[in-house]
Amino acid sequence: MKINRQDAKLSLAHLYIAFGAILFAGFLGLLQTLVRSETITLPASINYYQILTAHGVLMALVFTTFFIFGFMHAGVVRTSGAFTDKQRKAGWIGFWLMTIGMVLAVIMIMFNEATVLYTFYAPLQANPIFYIGLALIIIGTYFASFSIISRYRLWRKEHPDEKSPLLSYMAVATLILWLIATLGVVAAVVLQFLPWSFGWIDTINVTLTRTLFWYFGHPLVYFWLLPAYMAWYVIVPKVIGGKIFSDQLARFAFVLFILFSIPVGFHHQLLESGIGEGWKFFQVILTFAVILPSLMTAFAMFSTFEIAGRQKGGKGLFGWFKKLPWGDVRFLAPFLGMLIFIPAGAGGIINASHQLNQMIHNTVWVTGHFHITAGGTVAVTFFGISYWLLPHLKGRKLTKMMNKLGIYQVVLWAVGMGIMSSAMHISGLSGNPRRTQVTSYGGHEVASSWGAYEMAHAVGGTLLMISLILYAIVLINLAFFAPKGQEEFPIAAELNPSQKTPGWLENWKLWVGIVFALIFIAYTLPIMDLINNSPPGSSGFKYW
Amino acid sequence: MLHMHKYEKIWMIIGIITLVSFLTIVGVQAFSQTGDHAHHGAPSDKTLIDPEKVSETAPFDEPGLKQIGENEYELVMILQSYGFTPGDIEIPQGATVHIKATSIDVVHGFEIAGTSANMMVTPGHVNTMTYTFEEKGSYLILCNEYCGTGHHFMSTNLEVI
Ligand code: HEM
Ligand SMILES: [Cu+2]
Ligand SMILES: [Cu+2]
Repeated sequence: MKINRQDAKLSLAHLYIAFGAILFAGFLGLLQTLVRSETITLPASINYYQILTAHGVLMALVFTTFFIFGFMHAGVVRTSGAFTDKQRKAGWIGFWLMTIGMVLAVIMIMFNEATVLYTFYAPLQANPIFYIGLALIIIGTYFASFSIISRYRLWRKEHPDEKSPLLSYMAVATLILWLIATLGVVAAVVLQFLPWSFGWIDTINVTLTRTLFWYFGHPLVYFWLLPAYMAWYVIVPKVIGGKIFSDQLARFAFVLFILFSIPVGFHHQLLESGIGEGWKFFQVILTFAVILPSLMTAFAMFSTFEIAGRQKGGKGLFGWFKKLPWGDVRFLAPFLGMLIFIPAGAGGIINASHQLNQMIHNTVWVTGHFHITAGGTVAVTFFGISYWLLPHLKGRKLTKMMNKLGIYQVVLWAVGMGIMSSAMHISGLSGNPRRTQVTSYGGHEVASSWGAYEMAHAVGGTLLMISLILYAIVLINLAFFAPKGQEEFPIAAELNPSQKTPGWLENWKLWVGIVFALIFIAYTLPIMDLINNSPPGSSGFKYW
Repeated sequence: MLHMHKYEKIWMIIGIITLVSFLTIVGVQAFSQTGDHAHHGAPSDKTLIDPEKVSETAPFDEPGLKQIGENEYELVMILQSYGFTPGDIEIPQGATVHIKATSIDVVHGFEIAGTSANMMVTPGHVNTMTYTFEEKGSYLILCNEYCGTGHHFMSTNLEVI
């Protein structure tokens, strides 16, 4: 089955922006490692924190969001059918709003009007146009979400007694998470940052805005991760010649991810005043519950691998492992993503534990953590997706040669990320702070050990940049030069199609109701406390 | 209902048991009160302060180190871009120090590098934590939250003698 031309165009528009963003922001990332290791100094007209703001915004908000919508648009069309004209139009409106928002935000950063980093913590105050840009990106995603959810509902109407296609179901679950999560950041931007930066209100409630930000910020990382899981659950089995291990458990895992990734933002604010310790611990418990669907995912992946490997004649306890298609980048990339997630997940457990957090909070340990999760697992899985999705949408083929370059690219990326983030984790343990231009601190003894690790960041960063250049070469080839043909959009079938998937899994009202109940329990009292017992607010500061 | 493979059930049960015991340990450590190290939980002070009137509000009208018991001190600190007041502090070995900090401008981080002394300092709030300096030496206090272009200059020295 092939995606029609019009919908392919919509998906491609998103992907091109994502590719541009990661290439440019990757270069900025390399500069950051070079500055921190004191290998280079920036020209006086450029400020380190300006570059860091651009890197954070372009990677965390632009690359991820555009790639995810490009992938999910294509995935829903592939599994539920072409968009109606109205749905496609909403998709384009979403695309343009997101793009305009991104351009506004980037221009403000370039003109040094918004050097507030991608978390824009108050009371640092950026130009209002920066916040408008961020708001437009989010409003754009609402239009894009409408296209996908509405296509899914139409499919269900057309097929009253069937369960929905798994990939579409997962896209909808991801969007439900996204829609509920963004409520927090929208409230912060619309009710606080915009009126405050325009001067309509004099002061801002700092801790309230931080709380609303992290109410959004944690599910944000699951918004990145779930599309990678979509590829693991639905696409990888087909690539390796296997089947989906269990359709119903895959759906159940996604539902659990929605439940346990939203009411947990306090684990980013464990060391913060104004929030009671009991509430922090309660959210820590919910945070850890996310381990359950993660374990289910791990089990499903390895069972899929084992069954496929044995079908191909793999014998003995581990013989099946050798039968997997290691030379196929469409498999190798997501597999590396899974492998990286084992240490990455363990690191996450450390971050969220009350006391351990105190050792590593705001050190480069944290930077190391999200470079192996988002920059490792998620990015490398997305690379793997792009190697078949781009040629599929362009009506071309992934050639042997490009597959081989792709393998070098993802391996180089994994090695580079491994070096950079290991060095970040280790020097973070002795206190090396994140978001800091130079860390020599007048040659202080503790800080003197950090230099060597920062050199390692730069070595990793250089490998990552080489990997990105290779990526650009392959992408340009796949988009414009690869031989015409029909590259497959792999969708696996179920192992046990006769097994019934219970209807309650598709009862979104139920799940949304439970999520809101959890949010209500975890957030209402502490947020009321932040509002009722608020200190005099803060006026804006422009310290750059 | 959902159908789960036998091995997967075992896998999940082991996972749940590990999770529950882990959380119990974290919880007990966070909330138990034992001996000198009275409080292991996260710094979560709820005291409010007007960020524009810090220098007129006790105890921040007199920032500095005060002895409050036998080898027990209170360290009252004001953070602002890009410095700590007071700076260059000297503390006797083995002293337990109750640190109280606030910010008069943007968000800062209070970190003693290489130790677990680490907390956010947000304007409008006072944050507190207790730390016992068992070893002699020179400690680096630094700001670990971006607070402007001079953020990397925001540090001071703490000498345990
Ligand atoms: C060429 C590859 C990359 C390199 C060399 C790189 C390097 C860095 C460095 C050195 C920092 C920390 C700077 C500091 O705290 O002072 C940083 C921050 C960050 N990076 Fe990357 N990175 C790369 C790719 C990525 C990717 C793929 C993502 C996410 C998809 C990402 C997301 C972030 C974010 C969110 C921050 C935090 C910004 C902040 O603290 O405000 N990076 N990067
Ligand atoms: Cu989180
Ligand atoms: Cu700072």
